[in-house]
Amino acid sequence: MTEKVREIVLPGEVIGNTKTEKSGHGTFIRDQNIISKFLGIPKRVKDYISVIPLSGVYTPKRHDKIIGIVISVEKSGWIIDINSPWKGFLSLSEGVRDFIDIRKVSLKRFFDVGDIIYTEIVDVRNGDIQLSMKSPSSRKLEDGVLVKITPSKVPRVIGKEGSMINSIKEKTKTIIRVGQNGVIWLTGQDIEKAIDAIKMIDEKSHIFGLTDKINIFLSDLNDENR
Amino acid sequence: MMKTDEKLIINGKRLDGRKPMDIREIEMKVGVIPNANGSAYVRFGKTTAFAAVYGPRELIPKHLQEPDKAILRCYYNMAPFSVSDRKRPGPDRRAVEISKVTKLAIEPALFLEEFPETTIDVYIDIIQADGSTRVTGINAASLALADAGIPMRDLIVALSGGKIDDTLIIDLCGKEDNYSEADIPIAFLPNTKEITLLQMDGRITPQEVKDTIRNILKAGEQVYKKQKEALKNRYK
Repeated sequence: MTEKVREIVLPGEVIGNTKTEKSGHGTFIRDQNIISKFLGIPKRVKDYISVIPLSGVYTPKRHDKIIGIVISVEKSGWIIDINSPWKGFLSLSEGVRDFIDIRKVSLKRFFDVGDIIYTEIVDVRNGDIQLSMKSPSSRKLEDGVLVKITPSKVPRVIGKEGSMINSIKEKTKTIIRVGQNGVIWLTGQDIEKAIDAIKMIDEKSHIFGLTDKINIFLSDLNDENR
Repeated sequence: MMKTDEKLIINGKRLDGRKPMDIREIEMKVGVIPNANGSAYVRFGKTTAFAAVYGPRELIPKHLQEPDKAILRCYYNMAPFSVSDRKRPGPDRRAVEISKVTKLAIEPALFLEEFPETTIDVYIDIIQADGSTRVTGINAASLALADAGIPMRDLIVALSGGKIDDTLIIDLCGKEDNYSEADIPIAFLPNTKEITLLQMDGRITPQEVKDTIRNILKAGEQVYKKQKEALKNRYK
């Protein structure tokens, strides 16, 4: 089957001119030329031109909702693995609503090593990443399975207004939470099928008509079960 | 340089039938090591190199961290079976030097300032050596870095040049490397033609060095084209 592939640009490739376009994310300017920094897919929004990388690590951004794993409990907070070259820090005041007397209560009562949390980045100051559990959707995730994908492909997994993720949820009867850092948490009935679908999106994100393809993939599996 | 009675160029043709300005058959593949963030396989004739990129990742020990940029670490390694006499495993004087020049050749192409306090590790392994191993390694590293999604100003193209029997040649094979009058490995950024690696070993006139640089910048276009093809084939 022939698949229609999106346009791919390479690092160092000229993709625009500063006279007519503006340089967006993933690009830089040299001699009035807009040049790609990544191996990725170019995206033109109004007069901005940007490049979405096809691989790479997660760079923390303010107000991103992410899934992290507690890696150590400190005196007044927790250190969180956020699937990035840098570690996140969740302070006691941002992690728990009530007043806690740290002389009397162990912080392990709230989050212990290995716990999975859905949290928000509230501040990034070079290498110092502050997390918070205060936003209403933040919570500890019990049970379930974690899957890691390329962070730049998270928008594709979610789809336009959640179309992709909703169809996966519906067809596999699972509950899914997607962190902006490329960590996905799943629980429910047909986890394995949902994971296969997510892995497929990760591998084939550069192909046109992916939502339809995933729908076909999911309904094929449904037929086999019958 | 070693001396040999054997003629290295006969009737304008080299040992493997190439003309002086021909490069060997090139094969490039991207994404060959699943556990690495980015990886590549590059073959120039018989010389075969694998490159794997890990990172940007957290740098331990902490005192090596740079507060404003990532550090780049390169490890060049020749497999014991890569040459006809067994090479003693582990880094030696030569490997340390090549690791260092590889790092200097790659660094100008990267936006290291985007990842403060981290490290990017590049492992280059030579599986089969038949001359020009350091340039093959740099080509592999260039592809692996692009595959790892590390922001780059440009790809890095590398090619070796030299002089045998008073003739300027490019892309030396193992025998030519051993008996050449001079050899010059060069790495450059293909779009701006900035040279990031230039070494020279042997006897050669200044004019011949200039000619070799010009020849390599020209022939490098073929290598650059192959690199572009390999990266595009990764997503097909």
